Amino acid sequence: MNTSAQQEPGTVPIPPVPHSRQPVLKRYLGIYGALWKNSVTREMTFKANFLLWIIVELLWFGMQLSFIGVVYLHTDQIGTWTRWEVVFLIGASHFIQQVFQAFFLVNCTHLSDLVRLGKLDFLLLLPVNSRFIVSVRQVDLGAFVNAASAVGVMGYAAWQLNLVPTLGQVLGFLVLCFAGIVVHYSLMFLLASISFWTVKAQGIVFGYYNLFQIARMPDEAFGRGLFRAFFTFAVPMLLVSNVPVRLVVSKLSDPWPPLLLLAMSVACLVVSEWGWRVSLRRYTSASS
Amino acid sequence: MIPKYWHVIKIGIQNNVTYRFNFLARALFGLIPLVAMLHLWRTIYADKDPGATVGTYTLAQMISYYLLTTVVDALTAVNEDDWQIAADIRDGQISQFLLKPIDYLTYRLCLFGAGRVSYLSVAAIPLTLFILSLNRYFVLPADWATLGWFLVSVCLTALLQFFISYALAMLAFWVLEVSTFIFIVFAFEYIASGHLFPLDILPTGLQQVLALTPFPYQLYFPISIYMGKITGPALLQGLLIQACWVFVAYGVARWAWSRGIRRYGAVGG
Repeated sequence: MNTSAQQEPGTVPIPPVPHSRQPVLKRYLGIYGALWKNSVTREMTFKANFLLWIIVELLWFGMQLSFIGVVYLHTDQIGTWTRWEVVFLIGASHFIQQVFQAFFLVNCTHLSDLVRLGKLDFLLLLPVNSRFIVSVRQVDLGAFVNAASAVGVMGYAAWQLNLVPTLGQVLGFLVLCFAGIVVHYSLMFLLASISFWTVKAQGIVFGYYNLFQIARMPDEAFGRGLFRAFFTFAVPMLLVSNVPVRLVVSKLSDPWPPLLLLAMSVACLVVSEWGWRVSLRRYTSASS
Repeated sequence: MIPKYWHVIKIGIQNNVTYRFNFLARALFGLIPLVAMLHLWRTIYADKDPGATVGTYTLAQMISYYLLTTVVDALTAVNEDDWQIAADIRDGQISQFLLKPIDYLTYRLCLFGAGRVSYLSVAAIPLTLFILSLNRYFVLPADWATLGWFLVSVCLTALLQFFISYALAMLAFWVLEVSTFIFIVFAFEYIASGHLFPLDILPTGLQQVLALTPFPYQLYFPISIYMGKITGPALLQGLLIQACWVFVAYGVARWAWSRGIRRYGAVGG
């Protein structure tokens, strides 16, 4: 099968729309609005299922919190992290993960299906940037509810810590959370792109869940060894939620961790874009 | 009778060989949270006096506990069997089993066994290397009898895991989407079976409540046999209770199937 995308992988140009000369941003916002509407309709078709998934996520969130509860029955701190600081960390980690899930996760896990069934053809032929349409096709609305529960836990932990963050800290926290989401998205997308090589890449994609588990652990639990270095500088899982929380609970001794997280998020995005372009060149569609 | 199921096992293994890369990825990725957990506990013990314990666990025992959860998990965890069974029901694939002289539960049990054998053949290498790298922390069972009872209990655990998953997958007769139910039960299993921490570091009241559920017998119980925490009459009593749970789960699985099949409509079959 010969698609136009094979000649220009990854960079399907946005042709000028003949009838209206909309600016690019407005056009993409329009498309994204339509995708949102589509997702709302989809979710509302299976309301019970929608609610059940929220319960599932709440249960797993509660489980992580109870783990920390049990650990702190037997110790007063992990490194310098106290109980409520770690609860705040788990809340922040859940928040970042859920926002990532709301916008990107389903789309990343679906990529291997798109490749295996050859459905990617249709997306490549659309007159929009292929990575955009592949990445944001569906919105997971339930994840917003769970992100809200995470905000609740963070609020409670902040209250227990007598924490009154400054406006600057809150804004910095949000910027760093955004960087964390970019890291999650880029790495997941990169992993999902492996499905262009091996047909059943779902195992690899679900492997990413194991990485989420590290992101919610206090960084000081890992000493100064190889493990910590790897998950800081190669796969920056230990920065994603630890750095924003350190900013808010005033656990930062120098400005390097936030700068490192920002730099790593850009680096991850660049690498995943490179991976996507290389992968698309291998795409030969299915069953034809 | 036996040869036809023997074929099922062989075919199951052959099918699984296709996914050996997946298995390897799963085994390797699975080591990451394990390593993280070990680091976490090491940091906690480092702040205590040397030789201090958490509950009754020394650092070496704690690390052994988590290594054993990984071993027992590799031996007994249900991989994708529950999803596949639910999909078979939803897509009408089970119709063919109603016509053939094959018992679906036995058929799935054979595939489950085949899946474990295939997974182990791939995962055993990284797992063994990992445990050897930590051998100064890894405690061995007190004697051969302990190891034997541990293996008996692991077999019962595997059966319990399988029958519970099978019974859950039977929900597909009634609802379209079973994955949420599977994940809800899995969440309880994960914490109450001792995946996250050894159950005896919990407050006593909670431990007593958990002992009334089948969950500890899905992981915690065989490990506590291995570590010599349960011996003598308590060991036999525990094994008996575990066997009872296996039997109950089997009964529920059979019952759910016979109820489900009555309302089965072979959608698209």
